Amino acid sequence: MTSTLILEQTFNGLQAGVTLFLVAAGLTLILGIMDFVFLAHGAQVMIGAYFAAAITAASDNFYLGILLAIPLTFASGYVLEFLVIRHLYRRDHMEQVLATFGLILFFNELIRIGFGPAALYSDLPPSLSGFVEILPDTPYPAYRLGVIGVGFACALAIHLFVSRTRIGAMVRAGANNSEMTAALGVNIRILFRLIFAAGACFAGVAGMLLGPLTAVQPGMGEPLLILSLVVIIIGGIGSVRGAFIAAIIVGLVDTLGRVFLPGLLRLVFDQATADGAGPALASMLVYILMAVVLIFRPTGLFPAKG
Amino acid sequence: MLEINWGVKMKKIMVAAVVLAAIGVGVYLLINEQKKEVVRVGYMTTLSGGAGIIGKQMQNAVQLALEHKGGRLGGMEAEVIFVDDQRKPDVAKQLANRLVKSDRVDVVAGIIWSNVLMAVIKPITRSDTLLIGSNAGPSPIAGEQCHENFFSMSWQNDQTPEAMGKHMQDAGVKSVYLMAPNYQAGKDMLSGFKRYFKGEIAGEVYTKLGQSDFQAELSSLRAAAPETTMVFQPGGMGINFVKQWKQSGLDQVSKLYQVFSVDAVSLPALKDAALGILGTQSWSPDLDNDINRKFVADYKAKHGGYPSYYAAQAYDTILAIDHAIATSGSKDTDQMRAVLAKGNIPTTRGLLKMNSNHFPVQNFYLRDTVKDADGVVTTKVLSTVFADHADSYAANCKF
Repeated sequence: MTSTLILEQTFNGLQAGVTLFLVAAGLTLILGIMDFVFLAHGAQVMIGAYFAAAITAASDNFYLGILLAIPLTFASGYVLEFLVIRHLYRRDHMEQVLATFGLILFFNELIRIGFGPAALYSDLPPSLSGFVEILPDTPYPAYRLGVIGVGFACALAIHLFVSRTRIGAMVRAGANNSEMTAALGVNIRILFRLIFAAGACFAGVAGMLLGPLTAVQPGMGEPLLILSLVVIIIGGIGSVRGAFIAAIIVGLVDTLGRVFLPGLLRLVFDQATADGAGPALASMLVYILMAVVLIFRPTGLFPAKG
Repeated sequence: MLEINWGVKMKKIMVAAVVLAAIGVGVYLLINEQKKEVVRVGYMTTLSGGAGIIGKQMQNAVQLALEHKGGRLGGMEAEVIFVDDQRKPDVAKQLANRLVKSDRVDVVAGIIWSNVLMAVIKPITRSDTLLIGSNAGPSPIAGEQCHENFFSMSWQNDQTPEAMGKHMQDAGVKSVYLMAPNYQAGKDMLSGFKRYFKGEIAGEVYTKLGQSDFQAELSSLRAAAPETTMVFQPGGMGINFVKQWKQSGLDQVSKLYQVFSVDAVSLPALKDAALGILGTQSWSPDLDNDINRKFVADYKAKHGGYPSYYAAQAYDTILAIDHAIATSGSKDTDQMRAVLAKGNIPTTRGLLKMNSNHFPVQNFYLRDTVKDADGVVTTKVLSTVFADHADSYAANCKF
């Protein structure tokens, strides 16, 4: 009984982890390679979710919604970089924080004007609304298994792209030393724009996958942004591998901590104290983890800059 | 000499004439001013962020109420100033000071959140301005920290879950698993529930405020397999919770009851997924009285969807101000207070009675989630759980 519950919760943790990874992957490259503080990454999650939900609602086909939303989010990231972001690279970090914070407000209002303040209706595609027995008598929602699969597939694709392709080599070189990379004749402007658009696209995919599970509403991506900042700090800024491992760790620690910590505290303290402290401590766990990592590895687990 | 005297006299006459004219103009202006006396209402709600939809519904309802009253409250020309508290107590406090001190409003109304209300109640009530709450009802305000200038047009936080507890107790439910966000209102709701439900508490789980994925909690719930589950997850959290509950197939494991989690704010995003989920509330769109029928019909016609209880309470708030001014013939705080304290305020919930702590004494209903004649998902009253239910803090309130 308990071991199947632990297994099920581990799957929940993995699912939370890969979703976080999709958001953090782009963010770590934008921060690590472009040295750009981009707070509006959560808005990309929302934009992806709205594209998918709107197209799904219009076409009544979930897969078509996702398929069309991916290039649309990529394009929106590309245009955003061209119109706004590229003018901010030379500014200092504080100004980037202010400008991109403004972008959060801008996108939330834009969505509100376009779609209204109410949450959109979005549900699971019928083909994925069933259950899969991960162990006998342990049904697990098929859609969430699918999310884990897509997350791992994206992680593998990003890994192969970064480690095996020529553009990937430029990305790695850019992460290590962007001025030297530019001096070697790499068109760093185009590279930045592609990285930014790809990052926006992966965050958008996270939003598309979350859409059927959660409320599609303005500001839906912001809670994810904070956790994904924790992820890239633990993983090491600029490292995709670090982001992946840290995202899985954070997903597991957050999920398992939330579920099992109140019970564990009850073994030590009386009921009232445990009920009071349990949820509070559980919500702090990932930040405690980040603090511990920063004490022993100030540049994160897998620092990108040598 | 004579000429000079004449000059002085002339001067005196001139001065007297000017003074008289000035007084005349002043009196004329004063009379005119009284003729078109304007009542100013500051309406505070949350218009931005994830909860913006709630504030929008309340704003719609306030405007509808003004329309129904021909732009006047109690016969006086009315001006409503909407302010957005952004769900932040510090922002709300600044706005409250502005409304009272620089806009000089006669009444402040609205407020969705308990923590926002706690932050603004003192600056408003102490400046001798009426504060009429449209939603939040934290227990301190109903008890020891009550103030004669505060009126609630909603409920005290504990009451709605009390009704749920009473219903489940009466229905013979043996055991329940409780879930609420980890903040003051979440704890108040569950303690209100437990005041009337005497069966076994199979589990009591506090989730993070603003949580969007409940899968981990639902996995634990499936393992615990409780007979029933009762949740308080307001706003967007309710959408997430109910969606994921259905997707996890938990209907086969446990029966779901809720307070404040399934309503006209979440139903458009949930649709059929919410059908058959029971809840308690002091209002429902199908309450059968003239004011409610007109309110619901006109709201639907104007905004293309059902109003939520937030909207109904906002509408009632404006009706209360109208009633206070019309009955007392004045926008004076003391006189309006005297009228409201007597109760019998015409609202969408019928004639609303007032308790000694200025919170309503009202019915609480069991509501089912059903499809209306047009196939739109809405709520319907099944039965009355409490008739004329008073909150349990009024005895501690001394003005």
